[in-house]
Amino acid sequence: MSNVPRHTALDATHRALGATMTDFAGWDMPLRYASERDEHNAVRTRAGLFDLSHMGEITVTGPQAVDALDYALVGNIGTIGLGRARYTMICQEDGGIVDDLIVYRLGETEYMVVANAGNAQIVLDAITERAAGFDAVVRDDRDAYALIAVQGPESPGILKSVTDADLDGLKYYAGLPGTVAGVPALIARTGYTGEDGFELFVAPADAEKLWQALTEAGKDAGLVPAGLSCRDTLRLEAGMPLYGHELTTALTPFDAGLGRVVKFEKEGDFVGRAALEAAAERAESAPPRKLVGLIAEGRRVPRAGFPVVAGGEVIGGVTSGAPSPTLGRPIAMAYVDAAHAAPGASGVGVDIRGTHEPYEVVALPFYKRQK
Amino acid sequence: MSNPQQLRYSKEHEWLSTAEDGVATVGITEFAANALGDVVYAQLPAVGDTVSAGESCGELESTKSVSDLYSPVSGEIVESNQDVVDDPSLVNSAPFEGGWLFKVRVAEEPADLLSADEYDAFSSGN
Repeated sequence: MSNVPRHTALDATHRALGATMTDFAGWDMPLRYASERDEHNAVRTRAGLFDLSHMGEITVTGPQAVDALDYALVGNIGTIGLGRARYTMICQEDGGIVDDLIVYRLGETEYMVVANAGNAQIVLDAITERAAGFDAVVRDDRDAYALIAVQGPESPGILKSVTDADLDGLKYYAGLPGTVAGVPALIARTGYTGEDGFELFVAPADAEKLWQALTEAGKDAGLVPAGLSCRDTLRLEAGMPLYGHELTTALTPFDAGLGRVVKFEKEGDFVGRAALEAAAERAESAPPRKLVGLIAEGRRVPRAGFPVVAGGEVIGGVTSGAPSPTLGRPIAMAYVDAAHAAPGASGVGVDIRGTHEPYEVVALPFYKRQK
Repeated sequence: MSNPQQLRYSKEHEWLSTAEDGVATVGITEFAANALGDVVYAQLPAVGDTVSAGESCGELESTKSVSDLYSPVSGEIVESNQDVVDDPSLVNSAPFEGGWLFKVRVAEEPADLLSADEYDAFSSGN
């Protein structure tokens, strides 16, 4: 792989908007357009427009596409209805998490797997290898799609004004093909912000037209372009894990508190089954560490890698931390020893550059939208 | 962005006003504020602290990172901006005005402070 960053189809648009760009998983992506706090609050209260074209799409088709995915992934792909989506994971033979994924069932025998940008090649290679014994075709569709997300309470109204698709009939974690602003799109009601919202998979050549149409349609509702910086604080408040932070190959889904995504009851073997059964038992009887939320009593911000302390001992580590615009205080996700993981556990702090700052242990998420 | 002509600048992206009665005001430049992103926490030197040019005397924390705050000159702190401690976003909204950080009684200033034009050239080359 070269060191030259990749650019999305909307690169010129971001630059024209004055975005601060950042390298993310080999892509040159908008970090923020103006104030990331304003962008965050816009998504919580109105709507934000995101370019997520760095995400990696992999299409699996064929008579045994479902069997191939049931073998390759830990979820029960066979139970995904037509037009529905599922949050799942792909694990190593030893149970370690390779990536977290969303799988969309686009047709009777057609599935689209969406992987994180930084893992897309690894996931593509793993699925290709694992699907080899099945009557299924694995296709690298990373260059076939741009991905634009509209997130926030105003997003249904904004999208309705530029599409005839039945959005009211489109449930959370469902997707349907349609036309948005004259552009053919896969319209999915998914997101990574903790708000209602949509993700629109379109041909890269149509991305600019769709972006401008949504910008225009959302103007009166207060839609703003939103960068990866606020996407990170939005998902953190919503308690959603980020690969490389809360999820790594050193952890199983059970270690991450996400054992529910592993479906032992599905038919047939799948990669990691034996190791995950052992991990499930360990998590039940003797959990090593647990993923918790931390809320600062002060104003100093914990960052990934900072030690969590209690009684002068290191009892865990911060995986993600940021000032929370919604709570008005710094927050973090952290793995801590089970003895200190109960909400309200006393005497827990974060070592911030040598000073032990007091933190409150809370259950995740920090923020849940009113439905 | 335009850097006020009447100020002088450090290569650490602080600005310094012309001293009145030996006291100069210090802040960070608009360039620095934009690079930091939203400032959420400011730890400023306390009144009576002695600061040295080019040495860390506090920190500014933004959504994504924490940065040391440097004093462009040596001297004694005579005032820190409580408004910024209470509302750190002033550093972003008015870096050259309401977002000033501290006032220092100048004991010694380094020879390499930049003029506005020199700082324009320095920061645009970054």
